[in-house]
Amino acid sequence: MPATRLMPTEDGQDLIDLTREICDKELRPHVDEAERAAATTPQLPTEVFRTLGRAGLLSLPYPEEVGGAAQPYEVYLQVVEEIASAWMSVAVGVSVHGLTCYPVAQFGSDEQKAALLPGMLSGEQLGAYCLSERSAGSDVAAMTTRATPDDEASPTAYRIKGTKSWISHAGHADFYTSFVRTSDEGGRGLSCFVVPGDAEGLAFGAPERKMGLHCDTVSEVHFDGVTVGADRLVGAPGQGMAIALSALDSGRLGIAAAATGLAQSALDAAAEYAKERKQFGRAIADFQGLAFLLADMEAAVTSARATYLHAARLRDAGRPFSKEAAVAKLVCTDAAMKVTTDAVQVLGGYGYTQDFPLERFMREAKVTQIFEGTNQIQRLVISRQLLKG
Amino acid sequence: MNIVVCVKYVPDAQSERTFNESDNTTDRVGVDGLLSELDEYAVEEALKIVEAGEGEVTVLTVGPDQAADAVKKALQMGADKGVHVNDEAIHGSDSVATSLVLAEAIKKIGDADLVLTGMASTDGTMSVVPAMLAERLGLPQVTFASELTVDGQQVTIRRDGDAASETIVASLPALVSVTDQINEPRYPSFKGIMAAKKKPVETWGLADLGVDASQVGLDAAWTKVESFTKRPPRQQGQIVTDEGDGGTKLAEFLSAQKFI
Repeated sequence: MPATRLMPTEDGQDLIDLTREICDKELRPHVDEAERAAATTPQLPTEVFRTLGRAGLLSLPYPEEVGGAAQPYEVYLQVVEEIASAWMSVAVGVSVHGLTCYPVAQFGSDEQKAALLPGMLSGEQLGAYCLSERSAGSDVAAMTTRATPDDEASPTAYRIKGTKSWISHAGHADFYTSFVRTSDEGGRGLSCFVVPGDAEGLAFGAPERKMGLHCDTVSEVHFDGVTVGADRLVGAPGQGMAIALSALDSGRLGIAAAATGLAQSALDAAAEYAKERKQFGRAIADFQGLAFLLADMEAAVTSARATYLHAARLRDAGRPFSKEAAVAKLVCTDAAMKVTTDAVQVLGGYGYTQDFPLERFMREAKVTQIFEGTNQIQRLVISRQLLKG
Repeated sequence: MNIVVCVKYVPDAQSERTFNESDNTTDRVGVDGLLSELDEYAVEEALKIVEAGEGEVTVLTVGPDQAADAVKKALQMGADKGVHVNDEAIHGSDSVATSLVLAEAIKKIGDADLVLTGMASTDGTMSVVPAMLAERLGLPQVTFASELTVDGQQVTIRRDGDAASETIVASLPALVSVTDQINEPRYPSFKGIMAAKKKPVETWGLADLGVDASQVGLDAAWTKVESFTKRPPRQQGQIVTDEGDGGTKLAEFLSAQKFI
């Protein structure tokens, strides 16, 4: 059953209709087979991203002048949720791509916006977001990948050396929005660069062998002396940490929306099954023990959606939303884990088999509690803001 | 090259389709509707022709208020303007009356070099409107095109049959119906959605077309639905247990059903 949505504009409703049509025709028919195949041979569904890009769905929250659709987060996130309900890996890819464009859109110079954004938002390019390292996950400031200027006083180019980990779209991306060290001042020594995908010295590790979300291909990115022009430095030197954290506030909302869509899908499959499956002479949905489990799942999905939409509306109104984004990421991804687990329970033994998508949903839900800031880090963000001052 | 594409708003095949209890006509209000998928191929073909050369695509529909959605979808895909013929008297019309209304609307639009339609609607699936329409407009009738090229003053199509593929040439203006093999219809894009809002859509009634209400509607229809019953739920299948004679039993079953 499609989620009940109250869209703020007719454009927003038209976008949801378009998204649902593309999901039904281009995503749902392929997701099972593609995820199964990618479990052994990781493969990014590039054709799907191209279709979404041509439809304008990869650039929704950005200004029209640079090729975006100037849609509020309230609309953009619901599109992400719809995509996730059809294909979680693709929704995560859409959210990640949105994140990779954010630093240039928000912190880039006018020249950078004019030069880079139209390509990034054309729908033909896909971005990767290089922040984490093997020993710098939650502790971003521990990163060691370094960019060295050719000239300390007035640099014209930087040479980047180091390795980034857990990078979605690595090897496939057209550009890498990368955070690297430009000085030794801990968190104040990081800077943001947009590295072209064909830059010399970029190399990629073997794809990670993950528990799920197989079509979101992830591997290490090696910067083996990659030279980038100073015009690719976004914001001021040392501003990297602030840019990364600001981008993550918005990125978390994308993950919150995607997790909600995944939970909705699991709930729909479980409810449908419960109405058809007969035991003791009646549908198992007629047993209150089962019906109440489904009711709790519905309550979890509906409240998750309300939580991310609240944060989105604050963002759209120009109000602070960092705490609410962390709350949304925490609530939506925990809801996804709980709902997908319970959905497996509703299907019993069948839920545990690969003949139904529920076990896949459960595996896909797990990572949402981990990436874009673990849910422990979300609690840190929430409690710090709650208790400050 | 001015192209008129005739499109139909049909009940979504994914939802439960039914008839009105009162007059046994197709229920178009109680179910979600959309632009007939078979008509999307005609819209796509028209857009390709105009994009490769020049001209304008007008999308035309006959239907109730909600049929405006079919026009909107075609405009979002890229058509230039829309015409929606909407008149209560049309309710219950058969193919004969529908082709009359479409023909008069096409005359009123004027200057059509090419009229494109789908091969059938996904609800009525009669497949006769294109032929009737060509007859009423006095145009060459070129149906079931799975390939179409426009060259100067003529149109060439390929029609794939069971035994052979025919190549058919007609002079313009002409009417061509297209199959679902002819192209891959595009999705609207966000830009298309925004642009569609600024495109002109005219709404005409029968009076605008000079068609008398007595010529259309259920009362004028040559055929009508007398009664309808829901398709009974499918019977449980027959399970053949293989006790060494499974092959024989399967063959007996297929033979009894006249499959072999």
